[in-house]
Amino acid sequence: MTRVVLVRLGWGLLTLWIVSVLVFAGTEILPGDVAAAILGQNATPESLAALRETLGLDVPAVQRYFSWLANFVRGDLGQSLTNRQPVADLLWPRFWNTMALAAYAAAVSLPLAVTLGILSAVWRGSVFDRAANVVALATVSLPEYFLGLLLILLLSVHTGLLPSLADTYDGMGFLAWLKATTLPMIVLTLVTVAQVMRMTRTAVLAVMDQPYIEMNYLKGLPNSRVVLRHAVPNAAAPIINVVAFNIAYLITGVVLVEAVFNYNGLGRFMVDAVSKRDLPMVQGAAMVFAAAYILLNMMADIGAIALNPRLRHPRISES
Amino acid sequence: MTEVADRVLSIRDLRVVAPNGAVLVDGISLDLKRGEVLGLIGESGAGKSTIGLAAMGYGRGGCRIAGGQITLTGTELTQSGKSVREAMRGARIAYVAQSAAAAFDPSMRLDRQIIEAPVQHGVMTAPEARAWMLELFRALQLPNPESFGLRYPHQVSGGQLQRAMMAMAMAAKPDVLVLDEPTTALDVTTQIEVLALLRDTMRRYGTSALYITHDLAVVAQIADRLMVLRHGKEVETGATGEVLQAPKADYTRRLVAEREGSLRPARGSQKAGGEVLLALDRVSAGYSGLTILNDVSLSLRRGETLAVVGESGSGKSTLARLVAGLLSPAAGRVTFAGRALEGSYRKRGIADLKAIQMIYQLPDVALNPRQSVGETIARPLTFYRGLKGTALRDELRQLLALIGLPDDFADRLPGALSGGQKQRVCIARALAAQPDLLICDEVTSALDPLIAEDILNLLRKLQDELGMTYLFITHDLSVVRRLAERTVVMQKGRIVEDRPTADLFQTPQAAYTRTLLESVPELRQDWLDDIMARRAR
Amino acid sequence: MAGTTRKFTLTSWIGLALIAANLVIFLAGPLLAPYGLEETLGTPFAAPSAEHPLGLDQNGRDMLSRMLYGAQLSIGVSLLAVGLSFSIGVPLGVLAAIRGGVTDIAMSRTVDAIMSVPVLISALVVLQALGSSLPVLIITIGLLDSTRVFRLARILAQGINAMEYAEVARLRGEGLVWMIRKEILPNAMPPLVAEFGLRFCFTFLFVAGLSYLGLGVQPPFADWGGMVRDNQQGILYGLYAPLFPAAAIALLTIGVNLVVDWLLAGRTTVQGENR
Repeated sequence: MTRVVLVRLGWGLLTLWIVSVLVFAGTEILPGDVAAAILGQNATPESLAALRETLGLDVPAVQRYFSWLANFVRGDLGQSLTNRQPVADLLWPRFWNTMALAAYAAAVSLPLAVTLGILSAVWRGSVFDRAANVVALATVSLPEYFLGLLLILLLSVHTGLLPSLADTYDGMGFLAWLKATTLPMIVLTLVTVAQVMRMTRTAVLAVMDQPYIEMNYLKGLPNSRVVLRHAVPNAAAPIINVVAFNIAYLITGVVLVEAVFNYNGLGRFMVDAVSKRDLPMVQGAAMVFAAAYILLNMMADIGAIALNPRLRHPRISES
Repeated sequence: MTEVADRVLSIRDLRVVAPNGAVLVDGISLDLKRGEVLGLIGESGAGKSTIGLAAMGYGRGGCRIAGGQITLTGTELTQSGKSVREAMRGARIAYVAQSAAAAFDPSMRLDRQIIEAPVQHGVMTAPEARAWMLELFRALQLPNPESFGLRYPHQVSGGQLQRAMMAMAMAAKPDVLVLDEPTTALDVTTQIEVLALLRDTMRRYGTSALYITHDLAVVAQIADRLMVLRHGKEVETGATGEVLQAPKADYTRRLVAEREGSLRPARGSQKAGGEVLLALDRVSAGYSGLTILNDVSLSLRRGETLAVVGESGSGKSTLARLVAGLLSPAAGRVTFAGRALEGSYRKRGIADLKAIQMIYQLPDVALNPRQSVGETIARPLTFYRGLKGTALRDELRQLLALIGLPDDFADRLPGALSGGQKQRVCIARALAAQPDLLICDEVTSALDPLIAEDILNLLRKLQDELGMTYLFITHDLSVVRRLAERTVVMQKGRIVEDRPTADLFQTPQAAYTRTLLESVPELRQDWLDDIMARRAR
Repeated sequence: MAGTTRKFTLTSWIGLALIAANLVIFLAGPLLAPYGLEETLGTPFAAPSAEHPLGLDQNGRDMLSRMLYGAQLSIGVSLLAVGLSFSIGVPLGVLAAIRGGVTDIAMSRTVDAIMSVPVLISALVVLQALGSSLPVLIITIGLLDSTRVFRLARILAQGINAMEYAEVARLRGEGLVWMIRKEILPNAMPPLVAEFGLRFCFTFLFVAGLSYLGLGVQPPFADWGGMVRDNQQGILYGLYAPLFPAAAIALLTIGVNLVVDWLLAGRTTVQGENR
């Protein structure tokens, strides 16, 4: 099993490297002349030359890539083109803000979604199941900004319960932070719960259709025991995969939600960088997002491997 | 009739209905005395499993008990609530399934699963249940009974797991067992061992059972009485010996005759003795470094039927795939009609592809569900023979007639056909190519006995009329006897014996062939005792 | 794949009605619009009235008319992108499954690598490099999304190709064209149709999301996502203006999802209802 985990770690690192190639190629090779692309109509021969020098464009792309990668590994993400500050200094505070919001949302939505998913699988075909299905279908279809704006209207503009903008600053108290971020958290929860719930339900149903579950009913075990002792342990690995699958969804959601609530996170950071065409900032943000995503996926995979009885208890060679 | 007090299970006028309203079981009544085994026999769809599950107050897949009474050790199940039914299941009545591999929770140790029912039902304390489990393990002759329960399901062999499931069923000392084809998934040589252990264990502890199977010879060894079922209705019931020796109903007579017929040797070959069509010379083959076929040589003459028999893992299906060109030999030579045959079908010429056709075990997946019967059969006609228009339609009609299907079947999709009809279409598709050699890979294994017999008769008729040559792959020795002039016995990728079928059955030479032959259950009731006695010596 | 006849449910009717309504708007939106796209008709954010059922937008233009005009962009861009992703993903996926070996490994690994970055992040990187325009938008999203279609098509084709009826055809000597047209595609169609619906939902929400972020459809064109962005400040004054285009996005997505859900229903069996 250790081998399987190590192989998975190796794949994770390899993927990260491939992603670095893709990000570099996407930002520096795809546009052809990077300097002209960034400056657009404002380009003058002088400004072009200056930018080319800043970006080191006279060096061949392969060489540029490797020095970029080397700097990256050392934590040097380059300098922002717009305000001449190191990207790392600007990026990391925003990254932790985003992680805090995502963690807040995940802490509420994942337990809720998994529980609802298991319940609707157990009560398949019941009123609860059908209602949950329709509600889930509706909420996955609702754009983040629709829910966000609607909630702002209801909970903030009309009733004044919660602030309409998620203003956070250094040194604010935990409770104040919770209050400021609750609306974005609710929106993120709403859009992710539905997905995770539906997929959890499918995963549990796939297990519930196995003959050994019927066997447990034929052993006269009550429903609760069959579900908790036999179905859920076997559905755990697929459920972890479901959760991992939805991390991408959460990331997309975070970017949009941050825009709705003006939250100072990495998503807005990246969107701003893209609209200003600030190349090093986009590279940095893209790599950090991708790395976080790959890391979380890898952890989920390793979790699923750890839960597989065939790998945990290898076959004893028979004499 | 039996004394009321003596009855552990009594069913009256049972009626079970599917969610779509179809009646699966109708008007079934039966009684089971303490220690008695009642065999429920019938083809697929006869409702035998449905009755077994209904006896536990359970309906599978939304089926519902719509009428009748089920009395289990004095408790009426159909009128009682869910908690009463749950309290009976696993405690007073327990279930043994066909596939143990699927019936055990893969993520829980065997001992925990086995003692779960008695402890949960409050029949025994955990230490008591464990002690009883060890006794059962010993009775079922499981290896290292002390540590056997510490294993996970994937860590033990199929035969052992089947016995462990028996232990799980017996864990709460139930009065009645429902045994649903408990040995069908096992190889013949393993099957008799498990069968004998099942019977001895039930006898030792005085357990009654409903024994569900499609195999008359198997049930003859274990059941005191038989109930023959068809389409959810009772055909006849009686003591096992009476039903087998003097069946009253026509349907039972046909079942018994089919089974007896399978034990008679094949009649002599009519057209064999032509030139050698296919020859394998010291062929070895396998997948990714694993050798499955080892130094195999055989030859097949035109008009002959050669059967290749063996248990799972013997390499017989690999042999079929090799001849078909789906697997290339790693060593050795294959010749066809005197010429060397390319290993991969990709390299074979169209003439060779046309000359070798194959029929599969599962007609359901061998037919494209989106192509009608007509399209399916017509394609080889146009592809190989360039037939068009009227010629195509005539030939199609002739082929349908040959396999015994009416003309209007041409427009049907495979979904609208029965299993036997699908297999006939597969045969017609193969014949449409006008092949020299037909590879039949377990073509009757998935079919009910009477339908399988029809297919075998059809194949025999085609051989007489068209002089077909068959390479017949099967695990079923009764099929071999009825069809093949010559038989090759395979074990672990090697040929252990290659002789005319009649000789092979009369005087088997190899020890493995003898074990294989004597493992085929016979209809007489003392067969299992005989063979176990012989083995003990 | 049980029968082709399927019982209509209430939710399926709602879904079909929503799709039909959107189809009409997509095809004939500008003809139905009572006012022009850029016509200034009153004060910004005027409340809904008889002449302007959805009120006026941040520049005093008729909201309903603008939404009817915007439908072509919103829906059209997504349809083109999904069309592109299917016309790339399906053939390549099927080819990878049939060819197997090196072809399959090379294509699958490439797809894995692309999919190991969240789509939004990849799209943002490309938009940074190339700037946002309609062709860039359609091609980028179509290409990125084709990885998912590739995966599904490959897995479906692999499953069908391993079936014995496909083996029979191969052993008969059938060529690639027959295998794909007669054996694989007809059997892969139902799940692919459902996937088309799901991919459309995803793409539709995605394009609208990009526009909402200001990185999608660029002025002077306006799609529904961009209209939400433009009118967003209205929400702070308690106005519903930005919710109308957002609701239009939601309604079409709900409609397609309901129909897909209905198409996919009944795939899992029911067991042990009577326990």
